[in-house]
Amino acid sequence: MQVTLKIFRYNPEKDKKPSYHTYVLEALETDRVLDLLEMVKGHQDGTLSFRRSCAHGICGSDAMRINGMNRLACKTLVRDIGTKITVEPILGLAVIKDLIVDMGPFFEHYRSVLPYLINDEPEPEKERPQSAEERERFDDTTKCILCACCTTACPSFWGSEQYVGPAAIVAAHRFIFDSRDRGAAERLKILNEVFGVYRCHTIFNCTLACPRDIQITKAIGEVKAAISSGSLKI
Amino acid sequence: MKTHEYEVLVVGAGGAGLMAGLYASKTAKTAVISKLYPTRSHTGTAQGGIGAALGNEEEDHPEWHTFDSVKGSDYLGDQDAIEFMCFEAIPAIYELEHMGLPFDRTKDGKIAQRPFGGHTNNVTGKPVRRACHAADRTGHMILQTLYQQCIKNQVTFYDEYQVIDLLIENGAAAAVVAVELATGELHVFHAKAIILATGGHGRIWEITSNAYAFTGDGIAIALRRGVPAEDMEFFQFHPTGIYKLGILITEGVRGEGGVLINGKGERFMEKYAPKVKDLASRDVISRAIYTEIREGRGVGGGNYVYLDVRPESVNRFAAADGRRNPDGSPYTVSGEEIIAKLPDIVDFCRVYLGVDPVTQLMPVQPTAHYTMGGIPTNKFGEVVIDESNTVMPGLYAAGEVACVSIHGANRLGTNSLLDLVVFGKHAGLRAAEFARGAAFQPLPADPTEFARAQFDRIRNADGKENVFDISREMKHEMFEDMGIFRNAEGMQRALDKVRELKKRLQHVHVNDSGKIFNMELMNAWELANLLDLAEVTTVSAMARRESRGGHSREDFPKRDDQEWLKHTLAWVRPDGTIDLKYKPVVITKYPPKERTY
Repeated sequence: MQVTLKIFRYNPEKDKKPSYHTYVLEALETDRVLDLLEMVKGHQDGTLSFRRSCAHGICGSDAMRINGMNRLACKTLVRDIGTKITVEPILGLAVIKDLIVDMGPFFEHYRSVLPYLINDEPEPEKERPQSAEERERFDDTTKCILCACCTTACPSFWGSEQYVGPAAIVAAHRFIFDSRDRGAAERLKILNEVFGVYRCHTIFNCTLACPRDIQITKAIGEVKAAISSGSLKI
Repeated sequence: MKTHEYEVLVVGAGGAGLMAGLYASKTAKTAVISKLYPTRSHTGTAQGGIGAALGNEEEDHPEWHTFDSVKGSDYLGDQDAIEFMCFEAIPAIYELEHMGLPFDRTKDGKIAQRPFGGHTNNVTGKPVRRACHAADRTGHMILQTLYQQCIKNQVTFYDEYQVIDLLIENGAAAAVVAVELATGELHVFHAKAIILATGGHGRIWEITSNAYAFTGDGIAIALRRGVPAEDMEFFQFHPTGIYKLGILITEGVRGEGGVLINGKGERFMEKYAPKVKDLASRDVISRAIYTEIREGRGVGGGNYVYLDVRPESVNRFAAADGRRNPDGSPYTVSGEEIIAKLPDIVDFCRVYLGVDPVTQLMPVQPTAHYTMGGIPTNKFGEVVIDESNTVMPGLYAAGEVACVSIHGANRLGTNSLLDLVVFGKHAGLRAAEFARGAAFQPLPADPTEFARAQFDRIRNADGKENVFDISREMKHEMFEDMGIFRNAEGMQRALDKVRELKKRLQHVHVNDSGKIFNMELMNAWELANLLDLAEVTTVSAMARRESRGGHSREDFPKRDDQEWLKHTLAWVRPDGTIDLKYKPVVITKYPPKERTY
């Protein structure tokens, strides 16, 4: 089938401003948008630049705005979205070239929530015990691949890039609700700041955008509840 | 050009690179450079588990793990290194848990374990639960946890810096030249010790589970500087990739009771591995699938078979096999349990195939998966550069880029994640220790000369050829003739094709003349790496006139320990010719014997 692909293009070394280019190509309904981008790069315009690696939704490199929705190009098939496809960089981060944005601020926010296990108690000889139920408590937020689909779909983040954003809150949630962790109070204090968790206005864009189906708005709600109640048993 | 100085420089930020970075940075000024953001590394796609004889679910011993790995390697693995890894495995898993890795848990709160191919109870010969897992996302959890620990320990990263050259001065590692992708600028990382942890090169083959990034950069740059590559003819084809796409379907599916079914609806692994059936090691199962396909028993006569993990099938076959839970009760699963244990597999099948594995069959075919060969090292991660294992001062390699050799001719599932953690750590420790007592090697007058020359050659080529087409032709030919079954005629065809493509690559056309994220230029450079490694792989394979593990020759169908119980070392000479030499396999406790499952 014939697919029309409209792609946001911007090369700072040549272009004064971004523009859209349209490419027409033969594709299968099972082709991924990433396959289409590769075809364009291979045979129509080698200068087209985008990030990609694993090509099956795990590495998180190829988050893009596809027909207005944040998605991974490798996890979006022609049959899911039809033959008229528009591809743009994710919003809220500076465009460096074509579909490549500056991920620096995104990872800074991630780092700011202490995204690692905090527990200074002496380590046992074997594993720290954890019941299957305790493990299940934070399972959903361990799935995050840091693709930035959620954060760059969030109007609060568009409004201010100082907002820590959904992905960082997901990372914090993963540790706050881990029975082995002792750093919850410290993280909740960080997220109680002005650009912390209360910038979330439960718009649910993040949850819709997540390619890993993480219930992000729910996780953010749990962090809010933990702050307001002062308890993790919510 | 910018120059940086570090005592230890790690190249690559997957499992091995992060572990090396964590350990080296405890005592030495260390940086990690990577062409991807660390969390994009291919370690993250590993699914089913990491092996260690914890014995959490049933009796197990590191000695059993050692023997299984030796046998799995078809006796080509070095037994001292394998034993070291299997004993180190146990503290390594507890360390990962202490770092916060969210392993699944048993009923009594211990790390949960599942069966995996080739891992057995050495007394009964039955599969043993040895793979420690976090659903089917174990690699993701390892990668995330190690990156988190690096943040906690303030490890220095240079993200999206791609290595282009390795400088060796006075016979010792001196520096790495890398391009900053965002600017196109070349950087020289002057270091006392350099750890290569760049991963494998499965993008040589058409059907592959490997990421776009898996272009063998580390081995290719080392070969260009006179370091040999070991056992390159041994490349693993994983039995179960999603048909046509190659996306991995973990062995954990069979660990949970899934079975392979041919086009006639028959379970066929019983014929090839009567004892462990669908949990035989990967080379055995990939050959079995191909044999079924060749004999007309693929699905619809085509080149794929089915993987069946529907609960009613799992329960029927488990009952027939007499499979039991650790408490002695009969083994059964429900649809909900399949979704809980294998959520990503269910997701991949739904997204890419429109198939629900709880109610439908998954079409699968073998997929290029893992580089058993690589840069030769000893068990401390030190690179050894000849037949007598002479150490090159200051150069280390760990993870898939390295050949210790613990995987020999065929790697067991779960041993690659273990390899990353154990040898990444030891390479990091050893490199930091070396750096304490070593001086910087002097840099040459123009350290980026060779890197620039490589880029200039691509930029200034006369431009009739296309990177995409050359790449496609390479992958197609290598999958046809350098895949699971090989013979002299086919391998010659592959070699001729690869050499033709190498010539054509000299006339490639690159449109992008810019500096900022010039991915077209980088892809052309990576393709040169893949072609170099395809050539070394094929030449090494043609010389080995036997069948062993992942190297299976129709014209020499038997293993030949008399002649071929030895490691291949391949050097690329400055004129492009490839020299082969051999070194002995380390055998300690397990004399080679016939390998059946």
